[in-house]
Amino acid sequence: MRYLYYPGCSSEATGKAYDISTRAMMEKLGVELVELDDWNCCGATSYFNVRELDSFAIAARNLAIAQKQGDEDLCVICNACYTTLAKTNRYIEESPEVHEAVNGALGAVDRSYDGKKAVRHIMDVLVNDIGIEALGEKVTRRLTGIKVAPYYGCQYSRPMGAFDDPEFPTTMDTFFTALGADVITDYAGKSKCCGGMMMLTKEEGALRLCHELLEGAHKAGADVIVCACPLCEMNLEGYQPRVNKAFGTDYDIPVMYFTQLAGLAFGASPKALALDKQIVSCDRVVAAIPA
Amino acid sequence: MSGEEEAKMPEDKIAVYFCHCGSNIAGKVDVDKVVAWAAEQPNVTVAREYKYMCSDPGQDLIKDDIQKLGVNRVVVAACSPTMHEPTFRKAASDAGLNPYLLQMANVREHCSWVTEDRDEATEKAMRILNAQIHRLPFNEALDPIEVPVNPAVMVVGGGIAGIEAALKLSATGKKVYLVEKKPSIGGHMAMFDKTFPTLDCAACILTPKMSAAGKDPNIEMLAYSEVEEVEGYVGNFKVKVRKKARFVNTDTCTGCGACIEACVVRKVPSEFDQGLGKRSAVYIPFPQAVPLRATIDAANCLTLKGKKCKQPCVTACGPGAIDFEQQDEVLDLEVGAIIMATGFELWEPDQDPRYGYGKLDNVISSLEFERISNASGPTGGHIVCKNGEAPKSVAILHCIGSRDQNHQEFCSRVCCMYSLKFSHLIKEHLPDTEVYELYIDMRCYGKGYEEFYRRLMDEGVHMVRGRAAEVTDLAMSPEEEGRLIVKTEDTLLGIVRRIPADMVILSSGLSPAKDAKEVSQTFGFGCSGNGFFLERHPKLEPVSTVTDGIFIAGCCQYPKDIPDTVAQAGAAAACALALVDNPTVKVEPTVSYIDPEKCCGCHICVSVCPHTAIQFNEEKKVAEVITAACKGCGVCVAACGSNVPQQAGYLDNQIFAEIEGAMAL
Amino acid sequence: MTELATTAQAKELHRQFCEDVMSMPGGEKINICQQCGTCTGSCPTSYLMDWGPREVIAAFRAGMIDRVVKGNTIWLCTSCYSCTVRCPAGIKITDLMYELKRMAIKYDLAPKDGKSPAMTKYFVDSVHKHGRNHEVELMAKFMLTKDWGLPFKFMGTGLKLFTAGRLPLFAKNIRGREELDKISAYLEAQEAKTQ
Repeated sequence: MRYLYYPGCSSEATGKAYDISTRAMMEKLGVELVELDDWNCCGATSYFNVRELDSFAIAARNLAIAQKQGDEDLCVICNACYTTLAKTNRYIEESPEVHEAVNGALGAVDRSYDGKKAVRHIMDVLVNDIGIEALGEKVTRRLTGIKVAPYYGCQYSRPMGAFDDPEFPTTMDTFFTALGADVITDYAGKSKCCGGMMMLTKEEGALRLCHELLEGAHKAGADVIVCACPLCEMNLEGYQPRVNKAFGTDYDIPVMYFTQLAGLAFGASPKALALDKQIVSCDRVVAAIPA
Repeated sequence: MSGEEEAKMPEDKIAVYFCHCGSNIAGKVDVDKVVAWAAEQPNVTVAREYKYMCSDPGQDLIKDDIQKLGVNRVVVAACSPTMHEPTFRKAASDAGLNPYLLQMANVREHCSWVTEDRDEATEKAMRILNAQIHRLPFNEALDPIEVPVNPAVMVVGGGIAGIEAALKLSATGKKVYLVEKKPSIGGHMAMFDKTFPTLDCAACILTPKMSAAGKDPNIEMLAYSEVEEVEGYVGNFKVKVRKKARFVNTDTCTGCGACIEACVVRKVPSEFDQGLGKRSAVYIPFPQAVPLRATIDAANCLTLKGKKCKQPCVTACGPGAIDFEQQDEVLDLEVGAIIMATGFELWEPDQDPRYGYGKLDNVISSLEFERISNASGPTGGHIVCKNGEAPKSVAILHCIGSRDQNHQEFCSRVCCMYSLKFSHLIKEHLPDTEVYELYIDMRCYGKGYEEFYRRLMDEGVHMVRGRAAEVTDLAMSPEEEGRLIVKTEDTLLGIVRRIPADMVILSSGLSPAKDAKEVSQTFGFGCSGNGFFLERHPKLEPVSTVTDGIFIAGCCQYPKDIPDTVAQAGAAAACALALVDNPTVKVEPTVSYIDPEKCCGCHICVSVCPHTAIQFNEEKKVAEVITAACKGCGVCVAACGSNVPQQAGYLDNQIFAEIEGAMAL
Repeated sequence: MTELATTAQAKELHRQFCEDVMSMPGGEKINICQQCGTCTGSCPTSYLMDWGPREVIAAFRAGMIDRVVKGNTIWLCTSCYSCTVRCPAGIKITDLMYELKRMAIKYDLAPKDGKSPAMTKYFVDSVHKHGRNHEVELMAKFMLTKDWGLPFKFMGTGLKLFTAGRLPLFAKNIRGREELDKISAYLEAQEAKTQ
């Protein structure tokens, strides 16, 4: 199996561990990831604040490159990148005016895009392409007894709900159940907002949201929270001490990218999965996985 | 057009009437020009115009010309034939002219209402009119076909609508078959505790009617039965009804309940109690059931599942009514009219996961609350949470799954009122409990409804205008621990509130039955876009369907409250009576005829007829039209490769003449 | 145009908003808002907003969109899409918020001390400069201009991130970074033509 791969800007900085662990995990699964050549920032949420058509156009530049680079689907790891690229596809499909404008802009840099490159979230690829059975067979260290709280966040299945329910997603639950984990399928906040960029622009708001998320996971007895977005991961992990300070709580819940935990199940080493890059130590969780 | 066809009657005297229809037609079409032109056309004796042809003076014009001028063909250029063709045909008939020698030219819906340019509209009107002028010489006199009518009526569905319709019909002496798929009649109303706005006890007002229906000599009660097949046509329906085996002899069973006491399988979730209570494998759904007979549920009875059982029910039964060998019985019934009263299903709130139904304890549906508040329900009428304690705060959430393009777009009419009713019941049982109504609009449109709303406000119910965003059990403060939190914007205050509740009632809307589409197809009528049975006209014919002889009443047509249901049931009964109280019914003669000399027996028309009105005569090896069942749709005429079926009133030469006339200008 | 849009600015904003929203696929659904409040109730940050999402639509209908554009509401939207997914009228509320942000920037009406508009600007600048968003550069600029306290709040975490290699100081430029400028220039020119 082979996919074109869009790592996203965070993968070069705060989200480095996500990129590293994704590659390590996919290697164990025998899936080839071909990084998109000269990819640019998708624009995420910020670019839409400035100019709508520009956002679609710069996102479409990546899709145009992908179309030239190969026939495979484009696999995206970050929730926000996924939603931005998929939304671009959706709007191009629904509005001939948008398509025309975007193609015109791409034409100015000798590119074009016909709207037909499939954008896939990595979980969609894992659960629907590789499949639960095949994944189960590749597990070398079952995550028995590990209580996992999958944190989906907002842009995983909203707004389009293309591969999972917008209100109550379950694909990550299914995935980790296949890896033998004790998945908490229903804690309040599994797909609620972490605040995103607001952690920098209005910290109090984002801290309150993270407080609710951490409280929900804590009450449900989570041993670890797994994420699919660098911003979510940063907010829940990096800012956990500040949540504790602001609300007088004492959360000490390890937060990982889901690929890091999954990678352990597939036999990769903690080092290979960049687990040494976490702020809140994950040693406890790693030690708890039966050999 | 084949050259050999000539005008049928050399002396055609066509009268043309051009209606202004106020300014609907005259505002766009140059009437004078058209009428002047029409007067010049071959075979036209007289061409007139009038402001409103459908009025009495307008009709008199037609009658006078027939009687005084000897006019023998008429075309009325006006609105659509669906509006006034019967009007004008009757006028012609009153004046002694066969009604099928009158045609309408639709110059309104097909012309003046849909054309922008005056000149274009005028030309089009002339073409449409010319088509009929060319056709009329080929029209033939036709006489309506009379078919005998079976005076019996079948009512499908034994809820309040079905029961009411059956009783009304029986009172006129007609025989009624009342078919109900559950073991007892009573429908949803039997589950309720009280009804709004009078707070009448539902059972108290329903059971006398149920009892009356059960004892009525004209009503043949077919409970635990379902319709499998319907054939036939107005006045002559043949219905196959399957009487499902109860495994209890209904002639000898007295409904004493001894078998129920004795049964060893005791933990089957009770459907009537919405799964909150338990029943035995042999059961009577509720104490006031009609017919009061036991039923054995084959899916849970040990004996019927092939397992070992001491059969204490058999031992306990005095009259020896248990019969494990009982088979389903299929009845072939003949009736003249059918009334569909199959009711609704509640919209299941687990379809919207953000309210926690099915995941959080004490988030319940409206029917579940009806059973909890009902004295004969699983909690003996005590309003309690799952842990047996009374709730200190209850939130009632309106519009669950309704008015929502993600679920059901329509409003179910009754939910605001039943929600208010719940508030009252809670306040009555638990005066110190806080009750919150979370609504978008408070729809209290009926008689006594607004007053009921005022009463509830007076009783101290908190009215919060805001559609609940979600229900959670995650407490963010000590006061919230152990409670359900309803998050909503109080739109009148403009703030987001977290309302703590011990019980949350989800007031979801009414849905059409899951098999509504199939059922409508079995009977031969259709459903509307929202899935309910389709009425013939939303304002003027709410209880008829497009199929003559089949009527609808109650929530199967659209959600409604009990007063409207009862009224509609009476209306359907009256319509059915109007049909079956006559020995015959007239059927339109524009039916298909297959010449046995020409038919080669290929079966194509038999298979394409949407009304199953063509049968194959095995002896003669030809297809034959069941005249009374034929609706004159013309599909067989088009499908036949040898051009054999001829539809009266739509013969080839008539249609070709119309085409010629339209193109002749 | 409603009679309550009195000032020239209010009228202009109302006109622009109408034009842009009605040209979005599904944008006309703003007309069928029931004012049910599901959006505000679902929004994770509405409690901080001057006007919640429901009120934004009500304000638009009353001709008062200018007040929304000048307020803090739109900058508190995190694009979580909860409102959009739950709206019973199918209104794409998140897209409306984006549209209002764009108008605030275009007409220079965003709160002057606002952090979010500044963050947006730096983000776009970074993307055009390097082709990708350089997080450290973004944070540094932001701290220097908008939040002197941030380094202190962030100290412990920041140090750990740095030592873990999650805060690279230097950015990689993509080969085609000038293409982004060309794309923007083209679209600006197109927009100018239609004005």
